[in-house]
Amino acid sequence: MTLSPQALDDVHGDLMEISLGPHHPSTHGVFRMNVTLDGEVVVKLKPVFGYLHRNHEKIAEQNTYLASIPYTDRLDYLCSLTNNWAYVHAVEKLAGIPVPERAEYLRIVLGELARIINHVCLVGFLLNDLGTSFTPLLYSLRERERMLDLVEELTGSRMMCNFFRFGGLRTDVSQDWLARLRAYLGDGFAQYLDEQDALLSGNEILLARTQNVGTLPAALAIQAGITGPMLRASGVAYDIRKVDKYSLYARLAFQIPIGEHGDTYDRYMMRMLEMRESVKIILQAMDALRDLPANAPHIEPKARNQGLRPKAGEAYARIEGPKGELGFHLVSDGTGKPWRYRIRPPSLINLTALEDMCLGQTLADTVVILGSVDIVLGEVDR
Amino acid sequence: MPPGTMNPFSPESILPRLAEKFPEGTATLVNDTGAAAQHSLLLDGRHAADIAIFLRDDPALRLDYCSNVTGMDWLKKGFLEAVYHLYSVEKKSSAPVILRLRTSGRGDGPATVSVPSLTPVWRSCELQEREIYDLYGIVFTGHPDLRRLLMWDEFKDFPMRKDYVPPGDDATA
Repeated sequence: MTLSPQALDDVHGDLMEISLGPHHPSTHGVFRMNVTLDGEVVVKLKPVFGYLHRNHEKIAEQNTYLASIPYTDRLDYLCSLTNNWAYVHAVEKLAGIPVPERAEYLRIVLGELARIINHVCLVGFLLNDLGTSFTPLLYSLRERERMLDLVEELTGSRMMCNFFRFGGLRTDVSQDWLARLRAYLGDGFAQYLDEQDALLSGNEILLARTQNVGTLPAALAIQAGITGPMLRASGVAYDIRKVDKYSLYARLAFQIPIGEHGDTYDRYMMRMLEMRESVKIILQAMDALRDLPANAPHIEPKARNQGLRPKAGEAYARIEGPKGELGFHLVSDGTGKPWRYRIRPPSLINLTALEDMCLGQTLADTVVILGSVDIVLGEVDR
Repeated sequence: MPPGTMNPFSPESILPRLAEKFPEGTATLVNDTGAAAQHSLLLDGRHAADIAIFLRDDPALRLDYCSNVTGMDWLKKGFLEAVYHLYSVEKKSSAPVILRLRTSGRGDGPATVSVPSLTPVWRSCELQEREIYDLYGIVFTGHPDLRRLLMWDEFKDFPMRKDYVPPGDDATA
């Protein structure tokens, strides 16, 4: 519910300051908001960062290029595969390393799988924030667990995958694994999406709690650097997979879901729709992989390259991560360690407009709005 | 892009347009010698905000989206830098336009060196400039809310500077 300034004047009372977080389940980690309330309505909100800060960028400047790949797993720990991808993408740009076609398609399969895993979590946790007390969350986590089983089998780890290498991947991916992923997406996961849509997407309570809550206008979203599903929920058709056409996305047919109102409900629906698009992308990439020889010898040319020394220069490269634009800005001085290693974290920058979205909303809605932004503190604080 | 036409977002095509509008020497090309060849524009601090507004509002460029701000410490060259990566959401540009702002020195002790803030032009710089202030000690003049972002308020040093010594290490050195 949004109160007009006029209505606010009528019910004006004593202001109360509360500190929401850092130890609060709805902040999804150690995030804190200093909120000033007028009754139940937010009149001021200042986020406080840094509880999970470990100066990841400084650590990476003391590592070889290869040694930083496992560190990127720990940024947004829900989707380490896309973190790996963004980092190796930047190093490949910096050092001019080509990527073979088979590896590109496999990266697309894994990157979209990471997007699905991320969105499944988001949808589950957002509904939990709305007070559905775990049932939708457990359904979501059940599906996530099935996908993580596949990821674990492939990479050796459920979450800290460390699977991408400069110019390829750590290992090839077997046809058998791909076939099982295909079977799961077509059966169990498709059922989950339909079930979720049938039970929740049109649910009256969900609509009442999320429609016209935390509206983000398109102009503000662009100005504040909001990216990813949050930007598209505000009606801006901007997806880096389409704009930059990195990897082989230009060869694949998929839609970019666009929201209309930029409210919390649109942000929820963006994730539901994007999961269906990601399934389409994975299936197309798998079809293309069928025609490419498995275990092609060229798949891991620089995979073990501890001694990578890019020519002095700099490169900024970005991908469409599940949460928005994930970019890496690397500067090489010609040695084996990056002279400057900078991460452009979508989770942090998407919080720029948090106060604007929460003003005039109730405290209970603030929790839901934050949930719909989709942050992971490992990336916010780095 | 059809062959033969100049990419309007390349620094080579932006530079002459800036030369028409602004005094000589306000923007100079910085060549990137690496494989990515991401050349950038070094701006004179006095005109930086005006140039930023021009780049944002110019109908051919419409660089309405500042994606990334990176702080840098050039210890040997003796200055700090803030590097901005701009894109156009409206024009769907796929290569960044890169701006650099340099401090006049590295400053000693508390944050004394400054560059103009571009947060009034692109709000997406707000948290990123705060982070650079926090970790590098560059003061962004004109920033609406310049406070430390990741380190705590009582912290005195700037840990991303190249000559930063973590506490405890100096005793053993």
